[in-house]
Amino acid sequence: MLVLIGILIIIAGFLLRFNPLLVIMASALATGLAAGLDIAAIIAAFGKAFNDTRYVSIIWIVLPVIGLLEAYGLQQHARSLIDRMKGATLGRLLTGYLLLRQAMAAVGLTSVAGHAQTVRPLVAPMAEAAAEARNDALSESQREDVKAFAAATDNVGLFFGEDIFLAIGSILLMKGLLDGYGYEIEPLHFSLWAIPTAIAAFLIHGLRLRRLEKRMRKQEASA
Amino acid sequence: MITLGFVYVLAGLTFAAFAALGLHDRNNPTRFGNAAFWGLLALSMLAGDRLGDFGNGLLVLALVAIAGTGQIGRAPGSDIPAEVQATRAATHGNFLLLVALIIPAVALAGTFLFKWVPGLADPKQATLISLALGVLIALGIGMARLKPPPLLPLQQGRRLLDSVGWAAILPQMLASLGAVFALAGVGEVVGDLIGTAIPDGSLFGAVLAFGLGMALFTMVMGNAFAAFPVMMAAVGLPLLIEQYGGDPAVVAAIGMLAGFCGTLVTPMAANFNLVPAALLELKNPYGVIKAQVGTAVPLLAVNIVFIWLFAF
Repeated sequence: MLVLIGILIIIAGFLLRFNPLLVIMASALATGLAAGLDIAAIIAAFGKAFNDTRYVSIIWIVLPVIGLLEAYGLQQHARSLIDRMKGATLGRLLTGYLLLRQAMAAVGLTSVAGHAQTVRPLVAPMAEAAAEARNDALSESQREDVKAFAAATDNVGLFFGEDIFLAIGSILLMKGLLDGYGYEIEPLHFSLWAIPTAIAAFLIHGLRLRRLEKRMRKQEASA
Repeated sequence: MITLGFVYVLAGLTFAAFAALGLHDRNNPTRFGNAAFWGLLALSMLAGDRLGDFGNGLLVLALVAIAGTGQIGRAPGSDIPAEVQATRAATHGNFLLLVALIIPAVALAGTFLFKWVPGLADPKQATLISLALGVLIALGIGMARLKPPPLLPLQQGRRLLDSVGWAAILPQMLASLGAVFALAGVGEVVGDLIGTAIPDGSLFGAVLAFGLGMALFTMVMGNAFAAFPVMMAAVGLPLLIEQYGGDPAVVAAIGMLAGFCGTLVTPMAANFNLVPAALLELKNPYGVIKAQVGTAVPLLAVNIVFIWLFAF
């Protein structure tokens, strides 16, 4: 039971808005101590895991390209493309991206799009432009909502597409775990059972995108 | 053969350049902190395998100390004016779009190429290696045509990364915390707690506990992969599969997706939820989570019903 102290520290730390890196370190130390490890062993375990997961942080190498293109006006160009397309509403644009992201993830192309590669330079400015096309007085908080939904759409598309792909990590994990318990299951079965949820995710999020579009058309009630 | 090591060297050199440029940014009151932070990250990328576990641990402590004492930040102002960007956009428009699409296109092509033609690159890391190659190709083509000052891409890249700040390593830190949790056996304790909370003899109660447990435990760990083995051992296998005879493929596949609903609403999944908020410069760091709650909650309910309908 004592090892759960790390979870409490995480929850309290995030709620009280301490610097998350400090909170994580405190949680790791407390959890390790509660489990009877000594400080040096905890630091070494954390260091080993940090080194093993470096691939998580290599996405930032795209920033020089994004920085170069943005300096030459990529975001403005993405916006002007939307301005020229009369049918490109906010709802249709993001629903289209949702479908594309799900389809790509379903064939294993998960890292092709993402927040740094596509959302910041392309999808978010396009979504803003599409919202502005219907409402020239978009408020600051409406603008925030549109950008947040651009990122949210990327996540929903990725999460509820990737499990349809046979060789994704989570399917291998399911297969490995069930093998260990004596159930031998073809990866294809896991893939197929991811499809109903993928459809439900598309319908639910797509509906919310339509409602977002309607909300963005109206002026915000003065509050 | 190209391996992940090549990508780490590329990332290390990029972070080292960010550190060096940051050190010379006299407008930034935290320039020494920034330089030290990105410099340490460069060291980790370039020489992490030679530092040893404890050495890497000390490196992490130094990163945490810099971030925790507020020694990292971005310089005020001096972005390229919007009018200049708009004029340039009018001249270069579609070329910029083309270069932006080179990165995903090369990532896509490389992923297939490296799997079909063995020996060129490590097929297990094909996408990450292709992504890195895409960056180099896009940068080369962009530089050749736009002819910017040579350091401009690195300067602008550094400014973007400075605005993300310490959140840039948050995903890696949380993944490492997960490893410590695993070492301390946190999963087993949580699994036992949830296992004892299930009412006896109720199939739907067990399905509900499994689905909610996957989502809640994923929220705590920030990752459905960490929650899955625990919830399967505590509820999925003994109750749903063995006692009630549920289809293991359905229980596992949809259970995992119930966990993904938890990923949508937790700050612990920083790379999906907090990093984009920083990257898009949202005022509310939890803005992306706020946008996702309305999808995650009904979808979790759907998943629970799906397990109940399809597995039995």
